[in-house]
Amino acid sequence: MNLHSTYHDTVNLIAVDDARIDSAVALRFKDDMRSLTEQGPDHIVLDLSRVTFVDSSGLGAIVASMKQLGPGKRLDLAGLTPDVAKVFRLTRMDTVFTIHPHASAVAPRAAG
Amino acid sequence: MPRPLPRVPPADPGARRDRAGGRRTRRIARHDPPVSIALRFAACPDRIRAALRQVRRHLAAQGLSDDRLGMVELALAEALNNIAEHAYGGQDEGPVSLLACHDGDGLRVVLRDRGRALPGNRLPDGTLPTLDTPSHALPEGGFGWFLIRDLADRVDYARAGGTNRLILQFSAR
Repeated sequence: MNLHSTYHDTVNLIAVDDARIDSAVALRFKDDMRSLTEQGPDHIVLDLSRVTFVDSSGLGAIVASMKQLGPGKRLDLAGLTPDVAKVFRLTRMDTVFTIHPHASAVAPRAAG
Repeated sequence: MPRPLPRVPPADPGARRDRAGGRRTRRIARHDPPVSIALRFAACPDRIRAALRQVRRHLAAQGLSDDRLGMVELALAEALNNIAEHAYGGQDEGPVSLLACHDGDGLRVVLRDRGRALPGNRLPDGTLPTLDTPSHALPEGGFGWFLIRDLADRVDYARAGGTNRLILQFSAR
């Protein structure tokens, strides 16, 4: 699992550099998210713009990543590709998360 | 006196024979579609990934749209994850066979495994878990059957001779 965390003022932007968050990597994803969100800004934005496939295991791992955050922290999502957006829409998880069209909207200096 | 063991047909003779070529159209058993791709693999996450990639590539070559490919891949991923996690209990990486046929009427995929039967020998209802809950109680699972039923146009399940058979159908659109 390749996750890259960069701090942009008040935002901890975590970019996923893998095409899939599925059952093969769900546990690792959740663990990596825990270690990347323990420090740093309270506002975490997960940039999913390179992710083309999320199954229900991956969805569960993203939900778990939000639930395991310390008090006062929040997790938003950004850059959902069409199939990923569909999973969130079908399961109505798009009503649980704040979803930004692009990571640059919340972290203006983010590359890409 | 012990009862004689029931005669169990081989799990998937066609899948084995067809691994090399795979494109010939031929009926293998009464419930099987004419095969356009046949795979046999162990029910573990890495093999499931590889199988999904192969099926997607095959269907893309048949001209399915990206939207349809995404729907089919997700439904198959959920069905295969269920086999790995529930039918085989996540430990014994038992065999799965996948037969898929795509024609003018749509796509039909038959999955077979020799793991445990679905509870009550029937398809789960696949209701969406409630999200009307404090965030610490949000569900982290239970979406699989909902997605399968939502994405596929028809789902059939049968248990016979120690084999689970799940058929997913996607109409041509």
